[in-house]
Amino acid sequence: MSALIEAKGVTKRYGSFTALDDVTLTLSDSEPSMTAVAGESGSGKTTLARMMLGFIDPTEGSVEYRGKDVATMSASEKRAFRREVQPVFQDPFEVFNPFYRIDNVLTTPVKRFRLADTDAKAQALIEDALKRVGLRPQDTLGRFPHELSGGQRQRVMVARAVLLRPKLIVADEPVSMVDASLRATILDELRTLNRELGISIVYITHDLTTAFQICDNIVVLYRGSVAEAGAVEQVIGRPKHPYSQLLVSSIPLPDLSKAWGADEIPVTEANAARTNNGCKFAPRCPHVMDQCWQAPPPKYMPDAQRLATCFLYRDAPVSPDADVASVFRPPQAAPVS
Amino acid sequence: MAVDMTQKPILVVKDLNVHYDTGKGPAKAVNDVSFSLRPGERLGLIGESGSGKTTMATALMRLTRAPGRIVSGSVELDGQDLLKLSDKDLREVRLRDIALMPQGAMSSLNPVMRLEEQMIDAIVAHVPNLKRPELDARVQQLLKQVGLEPEVARRYPHELSGGMKQRAAMAIATSLSPKVIVADEPTSALDVVVQRQVMQTLGRLQDGLGAAVVLIGHDMGLIAQFADTVGVMYAGKIVEIGPVRQMIEAPKHPYTKLLVESLPGIEVKQALVGIPGLPPPLVNLPTGCSFNPRCPFAFDRCRSETPQLQEVVPSQFAACHLYPDHKELPPLPARATRELHA
Repeated sequence: MSALIEAKGVTKRYGSFTALDDVTLTLSDSEPSMTAVAGESGSGKTTLARMMLGFIDPTEGSVEYRGKDVATMSASEKRAFRREVQPVFQDPFEVFNPFYRIDNVLTTPVKRFRLADTDAKAQALIEDALKRVGLRPQDTLGRFPHELSGGQRQRVMVARAVLLRPKLIVADEPVSMVDASLRATILDELRTLNRELGISIVYITHDLTTAFQICDNIVVLYRGSVAEAGAVEQVIGRPKHPYSQLLVSSIPLPDLSKAWGADEIPVTEANAARTNNGCKFAPRCPHVMDQCWQAPPPKYMPDAQRLATCFLYRDAPVSPDADVASVFRPPQAAPVS
Repeated sequence: MAVDMTQKPILVVKDLNVHYDTGKGPAKAVNDVSFSLRPGERLGLIGESGSGKTTMATALMRLTRAPGRIVSGSVELDGQDLLKLSDKDLREVRLRDIALMPQGAMSSLNPVMRLEEQMIDAIVAHVPNLKRPELDARVQQLLKQVGLEPEVARRYPHELSGGMKQRAAMAIATSLSPKVIVADEPTSALDVVVQRQVMQTLGRLQDGLGAAVVLIGHDMGLIAQFADTVGVMYAGKIVEIGPVRQMIEAPKHPYTKLLVESLPGIEVKQALVGIPGLPPPLVNLPTGCSFNPRCPFAFDRCRSETPQLQEVVPSQFAACHLYPDHKELPPLPARATRELHA
């Protein structure tokens, strides 16, 4: 297996604040995958996304794309990287210049990367990309951003990424500002791109439900460190780390048999900021033990397709590999619709 | 928590219409909406962007601002029509009898005032002759109720996390023990764990006060976890309203059904299906039922005649021409997996 992109022991510090702490994640290029990175605000998920996109450099460690360090790439390598790794951002309002027609965000990359030598070919490429994300070209082109809904604008951004036939799309909360009825459709389209065009997708989200539905594997971050990682069926279906358990049990499911219950969970936001030498989740953890305050837990492997950095699993083997993707399961075929 | 259904309603909204004046004519953001709420009841109003739900929240407080205007209808709180009160009386009723927990508490708090001063301002406006020690004690008690430490009183809003700000807004909203709390997407910017904590605190406070809550939101899961009664808004109208369990397990309106189906769970992987099409522009509603262009069951009558809410099964009302001819919502026709949207 060769790697498409590798975050190797990446750490990002802003002054004394550590946004991301020694995370290693490798995505294989042999099979297109869908990987979720989840966590609350401040977990470091957007920092990881921005590093994989080459927008920020790690303080320690490196991001390598096809074996080349993104921070020290030559201009031509960087150009290929910029084409093959595409972002989709959270806010479908801010990414558009309101004075330009929608066409501008689509024709610019065509020109910039010289994707077509004639106008007719360029037009055909753009129309194909729009259709792939479920938009009718004749109803979309020529319009201004304010004439489209949030969902439509977000689709145009996905179309822009698709146009470049990237190897990887890093989508940072792509549907959190889109209505529920349209959210499902956009995520389904991402999955279709993954299957039909072989594009790997990193889906940054705080929504475990959609991560479960579209992704193969997930990395749950807590305050910059990996809390749990592995196959979504394991990590979301049967979470083992107390933080993942808290996250999963807090999902407001539209299912009355899965009520939150009347017990209020303690408010520990303020205490949780307290630093300690051990596990970062210890101040909030219902199962906290003396050991948790001493040193950070290693990556235990309670199952073949999961690792959990938690001393509750100290009897399980420690993962021999720093790479959290070492426990990922292979991508699965499409479920029957 | 059980609601005493024999009690008379505390809030009665009748035929409420709120329009926004636009160059293209009025946008009917709230269109003939009626509902009522008993003390202690939790009503969840769910809708997508542009369905009129926030307009509804501001109209309940009579906080509608130009270009919006309340065109007609009544909002009766304990028998008193808020829309007919003098400005002075209205100021007294707000917060004391009906309080708002706004969307994004970040922007509802004054950034240059310490939290305690803002809380005291609100209380003093209604109970002018309290002494400072009494006010301080009241602030401490309110903070404790919403799960905040006493020292938070001395902080400025920027020194609070999102969840803490929302708790502070909740402390202000409940400071005078209102009869009705209108919560407009109170947790939309919060992480799931914090969201659950804030909603559970709101539920506990409300139970203690015996207040009714109107929770406005777009997340069916959140509404299902909190509400007793669910109202679904589409293009300015309530298209279905009923007890939460029936609304989720046996919805009657095709829109409610599609909305529930568009929410994936975490049990089995399934095909993700959204609702094809888009909500109509409020200035140019389709004739007949506003949902007809997206409805898999639409027939001729839906395109000509606006359906009214009717009781399909006991206490569950739907505005849909399928009833009373049908007893249940027919199964949804199989949909093409991929469709092109405008």
